[in-house]
Formats: sequence, C-alpha cells, structure tokens
Amino acid sequence: MSDTLDVVLRLLAVFVVFLVLPLVIGQTEHKVMAHMQGRLGPMYAGGFHGWAQLVADGVKFAQKEDIVPAGADRRVFQLAPAVALLPYLLVLVAIPVGPGNEVGQAVDAGIFFVLAVMGVGVLGSLMAGWASANKFSLLGGLRTAAQLMAYELPMVLAAASVAMAAGTVSLPGIVDAFHWWWVPWQLVGAVVFFVAGLAELQRPPFDMPVADSEIIFGAYTEYTGLRFALFLLSEYAGIVVLCGLTTVLFLGGWHGPFGADGLGWVWTLLKAAVLAFVVIWLRVTYPRLREDQLQKLAWTVLIPLALAQIALTGVVKVVTQ
Amino acid sequence: MTGTGTTVLAAQAHGFLSPTGVEVVFLLVGLVTLGAAVVTVTTKQLVHAALWLVVALGGLAVEYLLLTAEFIAWVQVLIYVGSVVVLLLFGLMLTKAPIGRSPDADSGNRWAALGVAVAAAAALVWVVADAFRTTWIGLDGDAPQGTTKVSGEILFRHWVLPFEALSVLLLAALVGAIVLSRKRGKEEKR
Repeated sequence: MSDTLDVVLRLLAVFVVFLVLPLVIGQTEHKVMAHMQGRLGPMYAGGFHGWAQLVADGVKFAQKEDIVPAGADRRVFQLAPAVALLPYLLVLVAIPVGPGNEVGQAVDAGIFFVLAVMGVGVLGSLMAGWASANKFSLLGGLRTAAQLMAYELPMVLAAASVAMAAGTVSLPGIVDAFHWWWVPWQLVGAVVFFVAGLAELQRPPFDMPVADSEIIFGAYTEYTGLRFALFLLSEYAGIVVLCGLTTVLFLGGWHGPFGADGLGWVWTLLKAAVLAFVVIWLRVTYPRLREDQLQKLAWTVLIPLALAQIALTGVVKVVTQ
Repeated sequence: MTGTGTTVLAAQAHGFLSPTGVEVVFLLVGLVTLGAAVVTVTTKQLVHAALWLVVALGGLAVEYLLLTAEFIAWVQVLIYVGSVVVLLLFGLMLTKAPIGRSPDADSGNRWAALGVAVAAAAALVWVVADAFRTTWIGLDGDAPQGTTKVSGEILFRHWVLPFEALSVLLLAALVGAIVLSRKRGKEEKR
C-alpha cells in the first residue's frame, strides 16, 4: 500500500470514529440516565427503544434558525464552536487503540501533544462566553477559565507520573511498557487524571460553568441550532477522548487481564466504554459542586495527591532499577 | 571529522535559491506569525488582541514542529496557548472588556515600545546569525535533533545548572506572589 493512501485511510478512519463514537455515547447517556432515574425516556422514534431519537434531535438542530445576537462580536461568536470541537478530533488521531501501528498517527511526544491540544478546546468556551455579549455567558466563561487553570495542573502531573513509570512520553510506548501491577501502583494518579479530566470537560459534578439553575447555560446561552449542537458534540467527543486516554495511560490499553491480549483493540474500546459509563453514572448521581468547593478540591486535594503519586513513582522506579 | 565534512557538503548542496518545501512553509508560517503579532499590538479590540496572540503563539509552535523540535512545540502549546492565554482572557473578562473598539486602548509609550522591540529584534537576529553563520544542521538525518530524548539529554546533562537556577527563580516568584496576596488579605481584615 502506498504511503499517501495509508495516511488518507488512517485519517478517514479517525474521522469516522470521531463522528460515530460521540453519538453512541450521547445515545447511551439518554438510555442510562432514563434507567437510573426510573423513567422511560424517548421510546417511540424509530421503533425499538427509540433508537432514532438522536437522529431526530440532529434534524431538529439543523432546522433551527442560526441566530447571532445583535450586540455580539460576530466573527468570534461564529468561530467559537469550531475552536471547541476541532482539538478533540486532533487528539483522537494520536490515541493508539491496538498493538503495532493501530493508531491514527504515532506522535513522538504523545502525552504532551494530547494534553496541549485538549487545553486549546477550552478557548472555544472562553470565546463564546465573551463574544455573546451576555452577562450569564461572561460568567460562564469566567468559571470555565478558572476551572481550566485549577485542573490543568493535576492532570499534567498525573500524566507525568505514568510517563516516568514507562520511561517514555509516547502513548504506544507507554502501553507497551504496561504491566498489571501498574494499576495499583498508579491508582492515585489514575483517579486524579480522571477527575481532573471530568472537570476540564465541565461534566457533572463539575458543571459549574454551565450550571443551568444559576447562569442558564453559561457560555453557550446565546447559541442556537447547529452551533449549539457542535458544543454538545464537543462535550461527547471530550468524553471519548478522556476515557480513551485514561485507558491508554492507566489501564493498559489493548492488554487484557491475566495475559489475555488476543482481543487487541477490543480491550481498548471495552475499557473506554466502561469509563464512559462511569462518566454518565456520575452525572446522574452526584450533586453539582459549588465554585469554592471546586477550586478547593483541585488545589488542596488533587494537586497534593498528584505530587505524592509522582514521589511514589520516582521511589519505586529508583528502587526497582 | 566526517561530521564536519558532511555539514560542509550539505551546506554546499542547500543553496538559498533552491528552497525545499519545508523551507517555503517555514517562511510562510513565519510571515503569518509576524502578521498576527503585529495585529496583536495594533488592534484596538482588547480580546481580539488576545486571540491574535493565540495565532502568533500557535504559529511559533508550528515553526518548532517544522524544525522537528516536537517536544518544544507541544510544550509551547500547553503552556502558552493553553494556560497563559487563558489567564490573559480571564483577566480581560474580569475587566469586562467591551465588544468593539476601546478608544482608550492606546499608550503614550508606543514609540518607546517600538524602539525597544526593534532593538531587541536586531540584537537577537544578530546573535543568532553570528553564532551559526553558514552552519547547516540537517533535520532529517539519522540523528534527529529535536526529539524528546535528545532534548532531555541535552537539558539534563549540559544545562542542568541553568535549569535548576531557573527553577529556583520561579519558586522565588511563586513564594513572592503568595506573600503579596496574603499581606493584602490581612490589611483588609483590619
């Protein structure tokens, strides 16, 4: 196979995954939330368990009028959804799903690439919050910025701990170096990474920036139609990316338990799917954290834990060498 | 000896009149970066200035990438685009930066600033040009210059002392910031 064709096929595959998986998670969220709250949810569209409801939602979004408020900064307002969504597409390219070269594009400094590009997505929310010319949007933007600054640090520290353990910063390299005892060893780091990731995605219980009972819908208040749908899509794409990353960094990616590696990429998807379920579960079961509790959790709990994890990783690494 | 021999040969083979594709892209991205930087300091719309700064910093990251310094490029994005600009936007939002032009977004120091900028740019260009002259550093040879491994080895073998001195400086700045913010709190309590 020629190189160009290979690259095109890989990018196409990543793009298809990018289009499909977030929607699957969206549909799962509908169903899981409905079951956990003891209600039916949308059951009629398409027949079997309302499977076509998501399609209907998509059509509804596409039909809505695309409104830009009169006082808004037009160009920044219209650009913001793209800035929020595209980074997750880029990140997906670098996440390995299987052994060998089952990855969109192997990046040498994969961890840094992934964390750096994920951080860029938040600029979309900030641009939306400012450009909407709406005080609720502005408050949402402010909260988004404060939240990102608080949770970026523990996330990077937790990822650095795994990189130290593996002795490499490339994502396939980290999974190759994985052993089962890494799970208890890096457990604290894994929890810190996952919680900080949830906060960066503004998922409940860290959804203060979009708290609907206080500031309507935060930075996205003024958005309608497709642009609003793009923001929602970026949230689900973010869940895909976070679960994929946690799987690759802390749960051994394509390695199965007890040496059962035969399934390869299926393990990666399976672990990511379980994590995605946990994300949805948390949304249904936990109340929203207040802004001060949110900041306190990041600065007084997560960062010390992440630093302790790095110290532990360093000690074990030196002792076993 | 063979190393210097190949560098000389390579320098002869790479003239300025037959640029490769990468070199052309490097120049174009450089122009975009420069343009974005100029707009950053000339626009009258505060938040737009911060967003153009994103373009300029991102362009710089692309330049690092084209020089195969992958690690530096991602750290550039992580620190500058992901954190510094977010901090900047946070500050601008706190001041309720208006949409549209700010008529008072102007400074009497603009000519002094221009002088300092030109002097700094001239000094940097002169130092870099004088240090390397016609040295040709091959980027796609057997020994990549900018990978994480190479950067790490150089940083922690040859430049450990400056690295540690810098971290002490940053720590001092951090402690200073905490001290300043705590003092303010006490005065308010009185």
